[in-house]
Amino acid sequence: MTNNETGALARFGVTDRDIEQALGRVKVSAVDYADLYFEYCQSESVSMEEGIVKRATKSVGQGVGVRATAGEKTGFAYSDELTAKDLNIAADTARYIANSVQGPAPVPVTHRPALARNLYPHDRATIEVATRDRVTLLNAIDAEARRYDPRIKNVMAAYNTEYKVMLVATSDGLMVGDIQPLSRLQVTCIAEENGNRQVGTFGGGGRIGLEYFQNDQRYLHFAREAAREAILNLSAVDAPAGVMPVVLGGGWPGILLHEAIGHGLEADFNRKKTSAFSTLMGKKVASEVCTIVDDGTLPFRRGSLNVDDEGTPTSRTVLIEKGILRGYITDKLNARLMGIPVTGNGRRESYQSVVLPRMTNTFMLAGESDPQDIIKSVKKGLYAVSFGGGQVDITNGKFVFSASEAYLIEDGKITRPVKGATLIGSGPDILKQVSMVGHDLKLDEGIGTCGKEGQSVPVGVGLPTIRIDEITVGGTKASS
Amino acid sequence: MIRMIGEQDYTTVAQDLLTRASKQGATAADVMVADGETLSVQVRMGAVDRLTKAREKRLGLRVFFGQRSASASTSDFSRDSLERFVQETCALAQAVVEDPVSGLPEPGQFATELPELHIHDSTKLQTDEQIALALRAERAAFAADPRITNSEGGECDSSSGRIILANSHGFLGHYANSSFSLSVSPIASDAAGMQRDYWYGVNRSFAKLESPEAIGQEATRRTVRKLGARKAATGRVPVIFDPEVAGSLLSHLCSALSGYALYKGASFLIGQLGQQIAPDFVTIYDDGRMPGGLGTRPFDGEGLPTRKQAVVERGRLTSYLLDTYSGKKLGLPSTGNAARSIGESPSAGPTNFYMVPGTTRPEDILASVKQGLYVTDLIGFGINMVTGDYSRGASGFWIENGELAYPVEEITIASNLKQMYSAIETIGSDLVFRGRIASPTVKISEMMVAGN
Repeated sequence: MTNNETGALARFGVTDRDIEQALGRVKVSAVDYADLYFEYCQSESVSMEEGIVKRATKSVGQGVGVRATAGEKTGFAYSDELTAKDLNIAADTARYIANSVQGPAPVPVTHRPALARNLYPHDRATIEVATRDRVTLLNAIDAEARRYDPRIKNVMAAYNTEYKVMLVATSDGLMVGDIQPLSRLQVTCIAEENGNRQVGTFGGGGRIGLEYFQNDQRYLHFAREAAREAILNLSAVDAPAGVMPVVLGGGWPGILLHEAIGHGLEADFNRKKTSAFSTLMGKKVASEVCTIVDDGTLPFRRGSLNVDDEGTPTSRTVLIEKGILRGYITDKLNARLMGIPVTGNGRRESYQSVVLPRMTNTFMLAGESDPQDIIKSVKKGLYAVSFGGGQVDITNGKFVFSASEAYLIEDGKITRPVKGATLIGSGPDILKQVSMVGHDLKLDEGIGTCGKEGQSVPVGVGLPTIRIDEITVGGTKASS
Repeated sequence: MIRMIGEQDYTTVAQDLLTRASKQGATAADVMVADGETLSVQVRMGAVDRLTKAREKRLGLRVFFGQRSASASTSDFSRDSLERFVQETCALAQAVVEDPVSGLPEPGQFATELPELHIHDSTKLQTDEQIALALRAERAAFAADPRITNSEGGECDSSSGRIILANSHGFLGHYANSSFSLSVSPIASDAAGMQRDYWYGVNRSFAKLESPEAIGQEATRRTVRKLGARKAATGRVPVIFDPEVAGSLLSHLCSALSGYALYKGASFLIGQLGQQIAPDFVTIYDDGRMPGGLGTRPFDGEGLPTRKQAVVERGRLTSYLLDTYSGKKLGLPSTGNAARSIGESPSAGPTNFYMVPGTTRPEDILASVKQGLYVTDLIGFGINMVTGDYSRGASGFWIENGELAYPVEEITIASNLKQMYSAIETIGSDLVFRGRIASPTVKISEMMVAGN
């Protein structure tokens, strides 16, 4: 056992015997697979508004989730008490789906691999930053944003951290633990001029510590970017409405892939044949310049994990290769039912939630076009560089994502900024409209949170500059 | 599933924490404790898909050192852990800056009588009963139309919980509530592709939950009518919001009226109190004491009594949604709308928030439109609360000569919320409470639709 796991087990105060016995109770012959997921999570948030750091919150939680799967069925129970008795009650509840008396013998948990790699090695101290250090940083952000432009009237900023320790023990005899830190710094500015008020936001983070924000005074860059977007929006004109070519900038606009493709390729929807992609494996769903992967193995990224929440090491999965649909995102349950490989994408929000196949970092590989040429190629269209959220209807494939910083392209040149607008398209069709892919792949700053069945997990996205020949833009101004 | 601790014990835990905080030097404090149990059953294609059972508890503490304050929460109620928890929360408060407006409400403002509000039903459903209800709802959905070929499943959930709030001004209040819900999400298919929709019932009283058959049939009616959807043409047209999506227009209003959005300058309704924001036939209430309401509670997140108040009266904005802090920032008293997540400082939000129905039947509203859009689903987050700019993905039906002509999808609707509230042309007679926020059918005279 590695130090990592010893530490984790000590934290939970549970013995090997308790774990093996609980697994034995739940893993009866009708149960295909069972696991116990222990979690300790401490999160802290310090926030500033109106120039003063006035709010600080801290949350500590721990518990265990016990899960059994039998065929397509899942039985699940959780507890915030960690005694042997509570483990056994949860195991008995999870076993309900199997209509069986408790299992006869403990399940030995003998396979205890050390983590093959650590994508985010940190001391706890670098994550759990002293409150006064957070205060210093937030005060400097306020001053920098107001210095950027006197029209900035309010600055709101928050520094949030999470320190999560997990340990999963499975009926396959596997036990593995991980420490998963997460930090995020978010800045929002409100600008005002002659009664016109506008907002700008910028944020970033990952499985990183305070030094990430301090390097090259990155936190001041965040402040300036939020201020810049707010000031820019003061002069934004109405966005156009209708079908037109759209150029997406690199980085966070990769939310397009997350909504249009990613969710539709999660294995659960495809096993149930409720996804618009259910019948498209091996078929052409994008233009040849598109290759898209989901990769949970990138160091320090917000969407990365050493192992997923079922103890499977994360991997790089090719979803679309030169336009052809190649792979699904899987957890153990769906991989088993579909007879396809486990990709290490079994994730859960906490011990209180079940495992679902979820994305990690989803991005398009770089192409060969010069980003300037891509913009020049558009006679009349939209150039969108920053977005808020997005959403998809898995079944009919329709997805949206909403621009928060966008410009008109007129005769191949970026001209005026436009107000935010929602873009809508169809997942299985939209990437066929991608005619140019830039050589400038960029990953996002580390702000993404994905929601599915009420569970939130941190994710990443990435995109080079791309040209979409036709997509519907939901502005208010009829095209002339 | 964890050991049961009586209500009395949680009251003791809460008061013990207040004492410990005081010993650490806190000048004021409040404690909120919540516990509850949940049984969730999901079925799919006639068989059990997922069973989830849990009992959980959580405790939140907020301490004040003069005008400095911090909040924290924990699920670990052991004595040693709580001692450390109080110390850490107190240390956190002393690390932040003084905020001259911070503090508990004044003594004398707290709720003193706790009326019976019919928000707790002690019915305990067995796992097999919930499985049977979910299966019946899904079966009814399949039976209603042969074009239902697949399903995302049926779900039946029951939960009950308790809230205890205590503070150093001597307030101690508690209440229990319950919730029962049943939903089904069928999938219809034809040569053109698949469509999904769903329908649901939710009630604090099990006896008042709609029948599984009614829910299944309505889910199917909503799903099959979407088959064959196409895009619509880009242009300005009247837009009718069905009650489900009309409720989202009220949610945005709540966000804009939250005292926190207002004092931060992050709302498009700043300075509009007393102004006409909608036509004179629009009246909107927030009612925290509606019997059996899903947003009903005897006291708010700070212990102040809830009440019924007009937020918009004959089109005029008559109240914001405020707690003590955001009220002070705006120079106004709390409206009893403190919302509270365990371990967080209060925010401000609605209780039961609804638009008073009009007298026009929904079919007559439809009949008033020659060319336009009837919206049944909205997706995405394209709303700017600072400016009110609105742009969302939509689907529904194209209206021709007063009738639903064909289903439409992959379109957006855009305008500005301020303009949209002013442009409400008709309100339907069809108000049904199916959540904390409820609206009848609403017709907006014109919006920009983007499609082909």
